[in-house]
Amino acid sequence: MQAVSEADAGAARPSRRRPRVRLRLINATISRGGALLLGALPFATVAAAYLIASAQRLAINPSDKLLPSPAQMWSAFFDLATVPDKRSGDLILWADTYASLVRLFAGVGVATLVALSLGVAIGFVPRVRAFLLPFVTVVCVIPPLALLPILFIALGLGETAKITLIAVGVAPVMVRDIANRVMELPPELVAKAQTLGGDSWTMVLRLVLPQVMPRLITCVRLALGPAWLFLIAAEAIASTEGLGYRIFLVRRYLSMDVILPYVGWITLLAVTTDWLLVRLSHVISPWAHPVQGK
Amino acid sequence: MSRIVVHGLEKSYGDARVLERVNLTAEPGEFLSLVGASGCGKSTFLRILLGQEQQSRGVVVVGDRPIVPEPTPQRGIVFQRYSVFPHLTALQNLLLVEDFRSGGPFGRVFGARRRSARQEAEAMLERVGLTNARDLYPASLSGGMQQRLAIAQTLLGRPQILLLDEPFGALDPGIRFEMHELLTELWAEHGMTVVMVTHDIGEAFKLGTRVLVFDKVRHDPQFPSAYGATITYDLKLDRKNRASPRDVAKVAAMVGTTRLDSAIATTAS
Repeated sequence: MQAVSEADAGAARPSRRRPRVRLRLINATISRGGALLLGALPFATVAAAYLIASAQRLAINPSDKLLPSPAQMWSAFFDLATVPDKRSGDLILWADTYASLVRLFAGVGVATLVALSLGVAIGFVPRVRAFLLPFVTVVCVIPPLALLPILFIALGLGETAKITLIAVGVAPVMVRDIANRVMELPPELVAKAQTLGGDSWTMVLRLVLPQVMPRLITCVRLALGPAWLFLIAAEAIASTEGLGYRIFLVRRYLSMDVILPYVGWITLLAVTTDWLLVRLSHVISPWAHPVQGK
Repeated sequence: MSRIVVHGLEKSYGDARVLERVNLTAEPGEFLSLVGASGCGKSTFLRILLGQEQQSRGVVVVGDRPIVPEPTPQRGIVFQRYSVFPHLTALQNLLLVEDFRSGGPFGRVFGARRRSARQEAEAMLERVGLTNARDLYPASLSGGMQQRLAIAQTLLGRPQILLLDEPFGALDPGIRFEMHELLTELWAEHGMTVVMVTHDIGEAFKLGTRVLVFDKVRHDPQFPSAYGATITYDLKLDRKNRASPRDVAKVAAMVGTTRLDSAIATTAS
């Protein structure tokens, strides 16, 4: 008996290595470092491919303009950021950035206010829903860029037309999204608020607005993509400054050393805005972002 | 305090009749337990009392006039789920009651009123054992704590009638027992009329002063939804000697429950 049990114990001793179990692909998790590495891989691949291609072209023709080296791009970008323009005396990068961001945030800001007020009204008040929802649904499917000529004709080539394009471009979808979110509020909560004495207006203030706030911020994050598209389109057509204007201006001279850093700069601005909005959502609606684990 | 009178109530959705010929008179301070098979319309009946749904025919009178066809502070409600506001902490959930009641167009009271509302809210939190959870959002509260908060919130609204829609249906048996104690105490303190829908026969007998069974009396085999349910059994329980196992068994048979033993055990506890 003794011998047998000892043998059993020997056989059952856990091996030092963890048993290799093949999990399903959807259950196999990844360590934090591994995730960082994997996430960095596509960036590194694109960068490496560009550097190799650029080096090859420049080796053949040092004045090649299509794939400038990082040094060329940096010097062009640095000049735009620090050397005043000969004609206007402006620091072009900052003037462009300021002009574009003012248009972008004005347009998205107007759209957000419209979406919040109309969306809540449509979602919460049946009469307003009957009145406006069909209209908003139809407006949603009009391609905003098709309206651009109309806006330029009606509002002139100034800032108003560009801001309006952005607002008109992103607002209808946001209105629908907010209205949907309000309609998804559990009827139990609305009934409960009424039993506590809430009227239509105070329920908007204390129940609906706080509940849609996380969704509104998500909406704005999603709307910023199309908003940049409309901004650059409007600037490309009629403008004298702005990030989109600059890109389309220097395209005539094949200035890839300016275009590529500008695209990178726009990307950086967009990513930063998105990150700030996520932080804002955490600050405004901590309840919607429960801490995972303890 | 006001009595509830329901007369000739009927509710249909299109061709499907859910409730028919429902008549009921409840005296102030009664505790009505509504039981019945799933889908028999007892929750619909509760939502009509609440004002969330409207009857197709008949009247519901509370006090001396028919109820307004929308929820009002006269009738408080605790649902099984979504009973507290997820964007407010426990304390804020309770403060919201005073904010809604007398906060005016801002939906918020200020100054001395806010301080007294806060004191009342804190006292209520302590009453239901949630003092330690005052600054937590409902998402971090357990199911039992959320329901305690929901009941506390509803009671702060001082409703004449407390409606409960399977309030403890999602809770563990142990927690459910604690909730029974709490609810019984609060009912004794506040003395309002309670109407509770439940699936648990034992709970119905243990808490209620009156057990009402909803069931269909008429059946049309060709068109099952032709007839609705009505109150088929109305059992007044004596406060002194509670329901006998025979009564429990009888109701259990009507509702078609299979867990008779646990129902009798709950009743006895």
